[in-house]
This record gives sequence, structure tokens and C-alpha cells, in this order.
Amino acid sequence: MNEPIIRFNGVSKSFGRQQVLDGVDFAIAAGKTTVIAGASGQGKSVTLKLILGLLKPDSGQILVKGQDVAQMRAAELNAIRMHFGVLFQGAALLDSLSVFDNVALPLEERTKLSREEIRAKVLAMLEQLGLAGHEGKFPAQLSGGMKKRVGLARALMLQPEIMLFDEPTTGLDPEKAMEIYQLFARTQQQFGYTSIIVSHDIPKIFNLADQVVIMDKGKIASFENPEAIQHSADPDIMDFVRTTMGNIYRSREME
Amino acid sequence: MLQRIERLGNSTIYYLQDLGRMGLFLLAAIGGIFKRPFRLQATIRQAQLIGANSFAVIFFTAAFTGMVLGLQGYYTLRKFGSEGALGSAVALSLIRELGPVLTALMVTGRAGSAMCAEIGIMRNSEQIDALECMAVDPFRYLITPKLLATIISIPILTLMFNVVGIFGGYVAGVELLGVNPGAYFTGMEQSVINKDINMGIIKSFVFALLVVWICTGRGYFVHAIRGAGFGAEGVSRVTTQAVVLSSISILIWDYLLTAILL
Repeated sequence: MNEPIIRFNGVSKSFGRQQVLDGVDFAIAAGKTTVIAGASGQGKSVTLKLILGLLKPDSGQILVKGQDVAQMRAAELNAIRMHFGVLFQGAALLDSLSVFDNVALPLEERTKLSREEIRAKVLAMLEQLGLAGHEGKFPAQLSGGMKKRVGLARALMLQPEIMLFDEPTTGLDPEKAMEIYQLFARTQQQFGYTSIIVSHDIPKIFNLADQVVIMDKGKIASFENPEAIQHSADPDIMDFVRTTMGNIYRSREME
Repeated sequence: MLQRIERLGNSTIYYLQDLGRMGLFLLAAIGGIFKRPFRLQATIRQAQLIGANSFAVIFFTAAFTGMVLGLQGYYTLRKFGSEGALGSAVALSLIRELGPVLTALMVTGRAGSAMCAEIGIMRNSEQIDALECMAVDPFRYLITPKLLATIISIPILTLMFNVVGIFGGYVAGVELLGVNPGAYFTGMEQSVINKDINMGIIKSFVFALLVVWICTGRGYFVHAIRGAGFGAEGVSRVTTQAVVLSSISILIWDYLLTAILL
């Protein structure tokens, strides 16, 4: 395996008396899709925020491209964040801005492109994600699936190396969820980003995964591929797999 | 007993943290003024929302405050046979005290609450996190335009308040109660000095800073404020808190500034 793009070394994080991560180690390979799974409240979103430097760990290192995010100053953080695109759980579009302005925001704020260049790029991206004609609408006028697509368009504008998806299909019906996953696969092929998906939409999400990280009670288990989970010897993991997923293979047949 | 001490310690730490957080917040918001690109359009838009759209409220508040001052002042002064001093009484009360204080309170209620709720909702729906993830400084992008707009708007609104209030006093005292119009304005001219006007302007700047700092700051930290709760309820509680806190701060600082400047 080549050098991992993100590595957690003994990361712990607690809020008050609640220990969310307890000495967690894992690595995420570049160019692959990693799914971080686990029941609600097991620290999945916290993990994403740690990667982005929005939260600081109590101890341990979080290496992004070899640099420790936890030790960075604001300017360095801003520089490393340029490599990230994030799709938030609720898409987190600025609700006072139109779809066009939302997608244009990263270009307006972070590049020196002219108005015409920005306009052309934004319209091309919206077209690609099936949002042509919706650029004048406001986030409140969009459906959940469309919001996610606008969020994805905004995240992709600066051509990030790493895309983080926080519960991308929560609140979508299965058909829309499938559509979103297909969109991920297509855009990943096109832009070649490393994809990290936090989700409890298991086992469906495993169709996309190259690597799976399972979080349970502050501990983590990492697997080379979804099938490997089945062969895990760890009783906690087995228990988690059985209660939350049932039998992976059986549900695959069902699809 | 031990538990009580622990709780006291917890509270102390919380309030110190909160104070530190708000201090750093203000510094970052002021720092945003010097970061490029400058958000001129957003600042103008905010000035419209906070300042220009408050004209009507300020106009009515000022007109009726002035009229009441004229009325009350007239009956009090008549006891001493000095109705002629009505103009200076009205003008001094407005310029030194009521103009800056009432303007700041009205803006807190009208625009401060709105700012707090807006920022709080943006925090809750991860819009502020999203800005940070795009490496866009949320202070420069969101807070600084509001800061500048408020600091520009409140002093101007205060001056407007004073002028309208003085004419309100004129309507009540001169038009309705028959004070000599010449005496009304001459008394004013003789008693109001530059120091009074400066005092009013300094106050209005300080109040503006307090309003925008407390209101945007409370909204920004809606997730970190103890006992505020989450979601919509959190935003509503924090907004109430922001309005109460800025109103009280305005009145406390009014006293302090008067003591220092008088």
C-alpha cells in the first residue's frame, strides 16, 4: 500500500466525561473510498471534524499528507483545507445565497478568477451534476437530494484531493440515495479524489467501499475490504456487525 | 459540600472561558476589517438592514420621546417660572442621554436580535463550519460586515434621533403649550456645548460596539453556551439572552461613560 493520505495515531477525544475516541489508530489510503461506519453517537462526525481541524484531539496525532493537523496554526490549517471538499449532513448551503452564489463562493473567495470565468465554471459544474436551470433558486426551495448535489458541486469547485461525506444519504429515500452514490462514483472517477464517507447506511454503502473502518465504543477496527469484516475475530465487532447489519451477503442478494 | 465547591469551580471556569471566548471573538471580528478581499457590498447591505431600515422606528421613538420631554419639562419648569429653559432641557437630555441610549436599545431590539438569530441558525446548520472548511474566514465573511455596519449606523441614527426629538419637544412645548419659539432655540444654543455633543457621539460608538459584539457573539457560540439547549430552542434562548445582555450593558456603560466624561 502506498503512503496513506490520512493517518490517526493514538487519537483520543472526550467531551466532558464522555470518551468519544479512545486511542484510535487507522490509516486512509489515497485515491480510494473509505467508509467509516458505526452506530449514532460513536464519534463518526467527530472523526471528520478532527480531520478538518475543526476540533482538536485531547491526545494523539492526526496526520494529513504527513502534517499534524492538531499542531497547525490558522494559516497552515487554511492551506491544508484547500485540499479538502466537504459535503455536510444537511448540505450546509448558505441559505441567504442562491444556488449559483453558493457554488461560486469558493471561487470568489479563494481564487482570482474573473466574473466571467467563475460564471462559466459554475454553470458547467451545475450542468454536470444535473442542476442546470436551478442556479437562481434558493436552498429553501430545493429538495433534500438537490441540496446534496449543490453541496457536492460547491465542494468540488476547487478540485479537492480529499472529499469528506458526512451521512450523505440521511433523509433521502432509497432511490435518491442510490442516485447520490452513483454520483459519487462518477465524480470520483472524473476528479480522482480520495473519498471518505461517514455513514450508517450499511450495508448498502459497502458497495462503494474499498476500505471499511468500524467505530464502536471509542475503539476502531479497520478492514481492507467489506468482506474482511465477516472474518473478524473480535467479538465486539462481530456483535456490532450482527446487530446493525445482519448478513451482508444476504442483503446483497436482495438488491 | 465537596460537590458544591466543584460546581462553583465549574461555573467559574465556564464564565472565564466564556469571557475569553467573547474577547477573542471581538479581536477576530476587528481583525477581519484588515483582511482581504474586503466585503464592501455585504457591509453596505448590512448597513441598509441595520441602519436604513431602522429609520422609521427611530423617527417615531424620537418624535414621541421629544414630545413627552416637552410636555413634562414644560409643567416642571413652569413651577419655577422658567419655561424659557425648555429648549435647553430637552436638547441636553436628548443629546447627552436619551438619544444614544434609546437608539442603541431600539437597534438592539430590531437588528441585534435578528443578527443573533441569523448567526445562531448558521452555526446550527453547519454553515459556519462549511465556511471554515472552504478556508473562508467566517469572521471576515460574516461578522465584520455587521460590525462595521452597526458602528456606522448607530451614531448616525443617534444624530437623527436628537434632531427629531428636539423638533418633537418643539411641537409639544411651542406649538401646543405656547412657549416662545425664540426662547426655545436660543436657550438651546446657549446651553449646549461641544462637550455634550462629543459625549453623545462617544456613547453611541461604544453602545454600537456593545450591541454588535454581544449579539453576533452569542449567536456565534450558540453551541457552546451552557443551558441554551440545542436547535431552534437554543437559538431562541440565546437571542433572548443577547438582547437582555446588550440592553443591560448599554445601561451600565451609560452610567460609567457619564461618570467618566461629565
